Amino acid sequence: MRVVLRNPTREIDVDGPMTVHTLLQRLDLNRESHLVICDGELVAGDRTLPSGAEVEIRSVISGGSR
Amino acid sequence: MKCRVCRGPAVIDIRRHNANFCREHFLRLCRDQVEKAIRRFGMLQPGERVLVAVSGGKDSLALWDILVDLGYSADGFYLGLGIGDYSDESAGYAHRYAESRNLTLHTVDLPATHGFDIPGGARAAKRAPCSACGLSKRHLFDEAARRGGYDALATGHNLDDEAAVLMGNTLRWQTEYLGRQLPVLEARDGFPRKVKPLVRLSERETAAYCLLRGIDYIVEECPMAVGNKHLAYKAALNDIEVQSPGAKHDFYFGFLERASERFRAEVEQDRAALAACERCGSPTDAGVCAFCRLTERATARAPVHFSDRGSP
Ligand code: SF4
Ligand SMILES: [Zn+2]
Ligand SMILES: [Zn+2]
Repeated sequence: MRVVLRNPTREIDVDGPMTVHTLLQRLDLNRESHLVICDGELVAGDRTLPSGAEVEIRSVISGGSR
Repeated sequence: MKCRVCRGPAVIDIRRHNANFCREHFLRLCRDQVEKAIRRFGMLQPGERVLVAVSGGKDSLALWDILVDLGYSADGFYLGLGIGDYSDESAGYAHRYAESRNLTLHTVDLPATHGFDIPGGARAAKRAPCSACGLSKRHLFDEAARRGGYDALATGHNLDDEAAVLMGNTLRWQTEYLGRQLPVLEARDGFPRKVKPLVRLSERETAAYCLLRGIDYIVEECPMAVGNKHLAYKAALNDIEVQSPGAKHDFYFGFLERASERFRAEVEQDRAALAACERCGSPTDAGVCAFCRLTERATARAPVHFSDRGSP
């Protein structure tokens, strides 16, 4: 599957299928600070992402001591 | 995973609530959490006019959306900070949202109205960009709320923001800041009431809210934020949260319920008498307010100032 990461925007290829949680774990990303979007839809942690999926992992942390 | 409410397929898992939600029930959860915060802390009364500080990011757009949904008369206020492409893009998101929902968005552009942008102003005044930025925002948001006759100014600070600020204040035992860290600051001496209705929602939830409501927001981070402590505290808290879901909530709300009061006396004691700033008329305890002093330093070396003085 193709995985797009943001901030900065970059793309990687990951062999699927695997669940959302496994993907985050494999990339060493915290599930509290990321959302996973599969083919345009927000997906929960136990969802299996198929091999051909277009996946975006979106970091939700914004900075600045406002 | 199934929705806790309807048993339909879930789109999000929230470990802090030990539950999963479908789209519809997640959106309802977000509104309920905001309503609960508003009621619990007496932030707003029905029918009040609210000014929402809108940055084009997920938190402020979600906040605006929810307040309107809950029936408040809420206008937006966008402040252009002059941070290159980031500011241009974030302004676009704020305007597009307002237009799509037929809402009123007031805007002020800092470089156009005050002659400096945040990166340049911070350099000239020898301040960290986020510190110059925070000062400018506080000042101009207050002013906009006061001039527009709004009952309250609402900002998009979420649970992660408040927990991270609390962590910073606690690590250095900044007792005065601890005494002031409240979800509501009542109006006083020309300052509007300030409210943070998103304190019961995490950043992950405000981002999911925007995605599920089809609200486009600026995903890119402000370039000035890179490497700041606020982000480091957030990351540390999320490492704890993974081990111990609900830790951020307990940290912040436990502070409000059981500790915050202990720091109040110092704040009351330090409360200086305020008078109008000699330059801009905003309430200040310093003759000339901090923002006017920043403006002075930030524009002192700008070429436009020299030509103003009539130099060759
Ligand atoms: S990260 Fe700093 S400079 Fe950028 S908008 Fe936030 S407070 Fe302002
Ligand atoms: Zn449901
Ligand atoms: Zn002033």
